[in-house]
Amino acid sequence: MAVRPRRTLLAAVIAGALAAMAACGEGAADSASGQTTLIVKTFSQFGYDELYEEYEASHPGVTIKEENIGKLGDYLPKLQQWMAAGKGAGDVVAIEEGILSQFMAEPDRFVNLREHGVDALRPNFLEWKWKQASTPDGSKVVGLGTDVGAQGMCYRTDLFAAAGLPTDREAVGALWPTWDDYLATGKRFKAAGKDAKFFDSSGSIYQNILMQQGDHTYYDTANELVIDSNPGVKEAWDQTVELVEAGLSANIDQWSPQWNAGFKTGSFATIPCPSWMLGTIEKQAGPENKGKWDVARVPGDGGVRGGSFLAVPAQSGHQAEAAELVKFLTSAKGQTAAFKAKNNFPSSPQAIDDPAVRDFTNPYFNDAPVGKIFGDSVKALKPVYLGPDNNPIGDRVGNALTAVEQGKLKPDEAWSKAVDDAKRLVK
Amino acid sequence: MVTDLRPRTAEKTAPAPRPASKRPFLSQVDAKWSPYLFIAPFFVIFGIFGLFPLGYTAWVSLHDWDLGGAGAFVGLDNYTTLFGDPDFWNAVGNTLGMLVLATVPQLLLALVLASLLNQKLRGLTFLRMGVVLPIVTSVAAVGIVFSQIFDRDAGMANGLLGLFDIAPVDWRADKWSSWTAISTMVNWRWTGYNALIYLAAMQAIPRELYEAATVDGASKVRQFRSITVPMIRPAVIFTVIMSTIAGTQLFTEPLIFGQGGFAISGGSLRQFQTLSMYMFEKAFRDFDYGYGSAVAWMIFLLITLLGVVNFLITRKGR
Repeated sequence: MAVRPRRTLLAAVIAGALAAMAACGEGAADSASGQTTLIVKTFSQFGYDELYEEYEASHPGVTIKEENIGKLGDYLPKLQQWMAAGKGAGDVVAIEEGILSQFMAEPDRFVNLREHGVDALRPNFLEWKWKQASTPDGSKVVGLGTDVGAQGMCYRTDLFAAAGLPTDREAVGALWPTWDDYLATGKRFKAAGKDAKFFDSSGSIYQNILMQQGDHTYYDTANELVIDSNPGVKEAWDQTVELVEAGLSANIDQWSPQWNAGFKTGSFATIPCPSWMLGTIEKQAGPENKGKWDVARVPGDGGVRGGSFLAVPAQSGHQAEAAELVKFLTSAKGQTAAFKAKNNFPSSPQAIDDPAVRDFTNPYFNDAPVGKIFGDSVKALKPVYLGPDNNPIGDRVGNALTAVEQGKLKPDEAWSKAVDDAKRLVK
Repeated sequence: MVTDLRPRTAEKTAPAPRPASKRPFLSQVDAKWSPYLFIAPFFVIFGIFGLFPLGYTAWVSLHDWDLGGAGAFVGLDNYTTLFGDPDFWNAVGNTLGMLVLATVPQLLLALVLASLLNQKLRGLTFLRMGVVLPIVTSVAAVGIVFSQIFDRDAGMANGLLGLFDIAPVDWRADKWSSWTAISTMVNWRWTGYNALIYLAAMQAIPRELYEAATVDGASKVRQFRSITVPMIRPAVIFTVIMSTIAGTQLFTEPLIFGQGGFAISGGSLRQFQTLSMYMFEKAFRDFDYGYGSAVAWMIFLLITLLGVVNFLITRKGR
């Protein structure tokens, strides 16, 4: 008996030492055996697992390792740190559109993909998506587009049925051509007196309405903070507050454990779902709720929310190999595969028109024709310019809305707090 | 004081003491310097990992320092801004509030627990082991479990309140409620540890004192107040200082208690953002290293200040 703990300890020490040696040896083994390990940094879900396998099979000598951080909010500071420190970023990094402009400010930290022959690929991307990750003069291409956050509205059919609302996705979509109609539907739902609330949190609704308000949000294209002078921001705020004051919000913070659980337990009946969120819903709601969630059109006009790019940091030791991998993953074929895996909607016109995407139905969501729903919304897309501190400002506005939901601040007080916080952050 | 035990006669037979220089040089060095050498590892490591970061943080705090490295030297600008920063003072208030809520009940409870464990009970070893079990659990696990207990919609705490017809509490929405929830985590985790320290001190109290008190007709409570507490005073001072330091650096529990992607803000209106969280937000989320370092130094000064206050109070009572 006395020996056992010591032996486990010894084993642990040896295991630790081996791991440390393996970690040190990685770089050295690379050059010796001709093996290249490409490290891909991602957040949330990119749905690349099968693509990696395929790429490794067709490129002997290349091993791909994806390092994922669940929340974008946690990923951003890490990425900033890696880029500034000049190490740690690996070979390929994912950049979400909300954080893109701050990295575009220093294009030299990334490999110019034009030097790796991406010019010929330009027609493979939506024009605005291509331009977003290019320098203004077009001399440098920092990243290639992966997906666009095409909009939909997800809803629980069982809760809708219980509240006497239609459950067919066409009929549901017809309930809310505008956000005012969405509010009216919410009131009907509430009047039915069910336990569930109508939507999850002010944050997701607000974000969605905001992205439908024209071509810029907190910043104008000259990177001036216009949060208090851009009428679109206030309009999105007011619309959201109206929904909150009608008592429709479940007031569950996005990305919190309760939010994750809410998909399963049905704490809320609807949630605005950009295409990339379908993967999250399926994962959190679990197989036992298959068929209970469905997708309808989003209120208002189109609008994009989210969507990402892949870039190669200049610090990568395998720039050429990494650029090849980026080209592969962002190709029409790669985007189609990622769409099928996690519903990340393609930013490549070829992929969007590909019958594999166009006719794709998602079995988890009652065979919803998500390819068509999101494809239609993408056609109406207008790019929205997001400035450098877009996401941190969004965090602060989100906190102010939460305070309204908690009844801790009046909407006016919360609005001036959000504006003040944004100004203090940027100053 | 060293007592010389050598026979005096030896000195008489050799009246002229040998000059020190005749002793071998190395042995002289050995005698004089090896003690320093033996304690050196601590000071070298403390210098590298304690003193140097402290000084360097002070240096950074005097600069406009961001991800790109050192910017302009700005003198005390960061501190001036800090003193006018409502979020900073909010964090100071939160930290001190939770410090009181987490330390006072914890130490009182530990004292009671220790005196109970000092009695003759069945399964004493089992009970004594039991109280320190919470320390073995990881802070993250404690944070997650307690966050669920104090959940607004499906939490056990609200369930219990419901039995008494008390309306459910939105624990994260108010200062008092969030502080209570977080302090509960701290108390749960550390009460047993402090109780064990008190217990060790109590066992060093001579039994005769209690016997004499019993003969004099003193009650158990009276004995506890007049014998136990004064006798374990050094242990109490130790735990007060340790809990104060830990409380001032409170970070993980409130962070996990917070929700969503912006949990570091400690609630929608920063209801439970502690100083450490504010430092982290400034340094590692906004990448204002200079400002974050200034916050770090204020934490250091606050701990020092509280330490001095503790010291003065305990000295006065002596």
